Amino acid sequence: MSSLPLLSLVTFLPLLGAAAILLMPAAQNARWIALITTIVTFVVSLAVWASFDNANPGFQLVEKMNWLGGGISYHMGVDGISMLFVVLTAGLMPFCIAASWESIEERVAEYMIAFLVLETMMIGVFCSLDLVLFYVLFEAGLIPMFLIIGIWGGKRRIYASFKFFLYTFIGSVLMLLAIMSMYWYTGTTDIAAILANPHFPPGMQVWLWLAFFASFAVKMPMWPVHTWLPDAHVEAPTAGSVILAGILLKMGGYGFLRFSVPMFPHATEMFAPLVFVMSIVAIIYTSLVALAQEDMKKLIAYSSVAHMGFVTMGIFTITHQGVEGGIFQMLSHGVVSGALFLCVGVIYDRMHTREIAAYGGLVNRMPMYAGCFLVFTLANVGLPGTSGFVGEFLTMLGAFVHNSWIAIFAATGVILSAAYALFLYRRIIFGELVKPALQTIEDLTAREIAILAPLVIITIALGVYPNVVTNVTSPAVAKLVQDNQKAVAMEHVRARLAGTEEGRIIIMKAGMP
Amino acid sequence: MSFTTSLTVLLPEIIMAIGAMVLLLAGAAGGEKTATPISWAAIGVMVLAELAVAMGTGGPAFGGAFMADNFARYAKLLILISAALSVLLTEEFFANTKQSRFELPVLILLATLGMMLMVSANSFLALYMGLELQSLALYVLAAFNRDHLRSTEAGLKYFVLGALSSGMLLYGISMIYGFTGSVDFYIVRDVIAHGGVSIGLIFGLVFLISGLAFKVSAVPFHMWTPDVYEGAPTPVTAYFATAAKVAALCLFLRAIVIPFPHAIEQWRQIIIFISVLSMALGAFAALGQKNIKRLMAYSSIGHMGYALLGLAAGTALGARGILIYLAIYVMTNIGVFACIQAMKRQGKPVENISDLAGLARTNPKLGLVFSMLFLSLAGLPPLAGFFAKFYIFLAAIQANLIWPAVLGVLASTVGLVYYLKLVKVMYFDEPAEPFDSEIGIGSELIIILSGAFALLFIFTASPVITIADAAAKALLP
Repeated sequence: MSSLPLLSLVTFLPLLGAAAILLMPAAQNARWIALITTIVTFVVSLAVWASFDNANPGFQLVEKMNWLGGGISYHMGVDGISMLFVVLTAGLMPFCIAASWESIEERVAEYMIAFLVLETMMIGVFCSLDLVLFYVLFEAGLIPMFLIIGIWGGKRRIYASFKFFLYTFIGSVLMLLAIMSMYWYTGTTDIAAILANPHFPPGMQVWLWLAFFASFAVKMPMWPVHTWLPDAHVEAPTAGSVILAGILLKMGGYGFLRFSVPMFPHATEMFAPLVFVMSIVAIIYTSLVALAQEDMKKLIAYSSVAHMGFVTMGIFTITHQGVEGGIFQMLSHGVVSGALFLCVGVIYDRMHTREIAAYGGLVNRMPMYAGCFLVFTLANVGLPGTSGFVGEFLTMLGAFVHNSWIAIFAATGVILSAAYALFLYRRIIFGELVKPALQTIEDLTAREIAILAPLVIITIALGVYPNVVTNVTSPAVAKLVQDNQKAVAMEHVRARLAGTEEGRIIIMKAGMP
Repeated sequence: MSFTTSLTVLLPEIIMAIGAMVLLLAGAAGGEKTATPISWAAIGVMVLAELAVAMGTGGPAFGGAFMADNFARYAKLLILISAALSVLLTEEFFANTKQSRFELPVLILLATLGMMLMVSANSFLALYMGLELQSLALYVLAAFNRDHLRSTEAGLKYFVLGALSSGMLLYGISMIYGFTGSVDFYIVRDVIAHGGVSIGLIFGLVFLISGLAFKVSAVPFHMWTPDVYEGAPTPVTAYFATAAKVAALCLFLRAIVIPFPHAIEQWRQIIIFISVLSMALGAFAALGQKNIKRLMAYSSIGHMGYALLGLAAGTALGARGILIYLAIYVMTNIGVFACIQAMKRQGKPVENISDLAGLARTNPKLGLVFSMLFLSLAGLPPLAGFFAKFYIFLAAIQANLIWPAVLGVLASTVGLVYYLKLVKVMYFDEPAEPFDSEIGIGSELIIILSGAFALLFIFTASPVITIADAAAKALLP
């Protein structure tokens, strides 16, 4: 245990960088300060990982300070579920800054500040162990993202930024009311304290679960509230899309794991079929929609929705494999979809169009690019040996244990994802290079290689040796699944006892809720 | 309780009264050129009164008609701060309009004195006297730009409607007196506790609430607000939006929860009704506004709706929520009006939202603070406005007002649209002609103060909450 407040450091370092840019707003300065800040933050996040004890399923590196009083405190900590998201966030940021190096020419200082503020909010979300703190950071992240889409976005940027903001906002205000109800019921908003003893009555759980679900389902996004995502993705600048797909979507899944499943076990059991249906519709329907897209970013956006369908399916099976698969899928998707958006950004910077029909035969002039893109496409499909496979496989395994029909439907999604991803790849990369505009297109520059190469390595490394991740997540997931099953079993006993006169006496004597 | 103790309790008010009269005489003798020194002197008087409030002795005075408890002191501090900052804004207004009239700070002093009496009033008569002292000064203030058609119209409208509402209030008070036999808040409470709620008393209560709802500009008594906000000179509008709202709401709170705790079922439904309507109307009507001051008027209607939700809770937590809300609301709004006053081209004030286009590029600092204040008003974390709404809804949920709270957060989503639209105009749109770069020192100070408050409240929330808690407990133990 180091005495350094590592989590506060990793959370607020980017904010310091933003303040530094505010003082030195020249464009070139801003770029370098942002890059250095994000790299240092990443190093600190690795230090968090290094001082993390894999065997401990509880919260670690805990920091607690008085904040608002009355049971609302500044409480930070990570466990096996959240820690890797911190590393993922900190890890993706330097790529985003590097990817915006040349493509952002106007209002550079403001752009970098927005990204650094956003990083603070995102890391904070994964570290916070207080509901109010979580909510504050969860919502605050909307402002910089709104500005990123609205200022540096494409033609329909204003529509997309408003849609993004309002969708997510309306989902989360209901969560805020739920947080308040929880506060009055338990007298605290401390997540660790509530997790240690979640005892909300079943009727209340239903409402709380629905309120949290409204927020996380939009964020995730789940069908049918996913429509903001394609718009936001298409209009956002490349780095904005990377962050949206890589991190912001994961907050939904993380929320399910941190709140919905462990705090409201009864409601989770009750609503699981609903989630499965929504997940399967998302997997099949959005995959079909992806097939029909003419815009590269839109295609990847719809594929993200489909992949998130696997995540929600895995999480709500409440099996060890399913939950772990969900987490792995989120981490892998964070890297892979981020990388795919970066790949789109590479050719967008050259041709200034995202229309698939404008490309074709790129392999002839851009062999290195074709290679990198291939790795990420295959990872998106879920080819064994890439990181995409592990998550999909584990979630389907979990689903199969739970109910084989779910797994069978989900498996069709795997086929569809191969169809749209390979179809996209063929149309862009293969064929004759006939379009006159493409005759002079250049292959990857050194900067782009430096961005894409590490992502290729990570994608393959995670696919070959997934234990890096599962070693960290496994104890926490085991505890989550166990606690949930225990709580569900207790609730069943209580419900059965409450049916008879003697049972009610037993309940009263045992002091059960 | 002797007469002299009563006078020591009233020390802050006495300072204000003497200060106002001395400055009036000085102004009358010195003429127009004294306007600026009198403004500063007025600020000095208010600082003095503030010190007297902070350090003075509390307790009842004049046979219980006047009550200087922690609640009243908290409210007075807020009123004095917002009044002093509004006077600070007048200096630039004088420079802009090339007219300097010493009556403006003096009238603000008198209105502020009325407000201080209002929040301390513990009987219906004291309440009415404070209210009228404030109102008469405010009628003149609204019409202060006398060569300006809109300002005159604002003053007249405000006067006619204000007189009507005062009449309703007085009628309500007379009914309450008739059915309980007293104007003292505590005696009225005891009579109701023993005798129950008669139908006549309910009539009185309804008239009382209608009159008070007019003063806080809650729907359906809000009609005057947009016209007055638009027509009055900006520093006066700032004063209307901050000090006047604090006074009216605190008066509302005390005049309902102290005498009528046993009629809560009767008044709660009315308060919920006007609260929800205000939130909704404030949000929807602001969507179509083109003039920024009109927009702020609808925004303030909405904000009063949120604050009234705390009153509907009828608990100490609700009162605490209102007090926190008011502190944040005042600090944010005064900054917004300082920004609005900074909107001028070639010395002429402009007030259209489209004039703000591209402000983030032509004047990045002003654009940043302006949008931050709007987002704070929208209630977005991590800015101060979030905590204001947070404590109101916390109290509402605790009082089991789930549906009003749900409607409230949905209205705040609608409200968010127009606040975001303002940010969009400033950040996303192509720049319009830039504003004059000179901003008066007073305005600049307020802009910095208010921006810092909105941004840093998250770190310093705890003491404000503690003080508000103590103040609320004084009202509702």
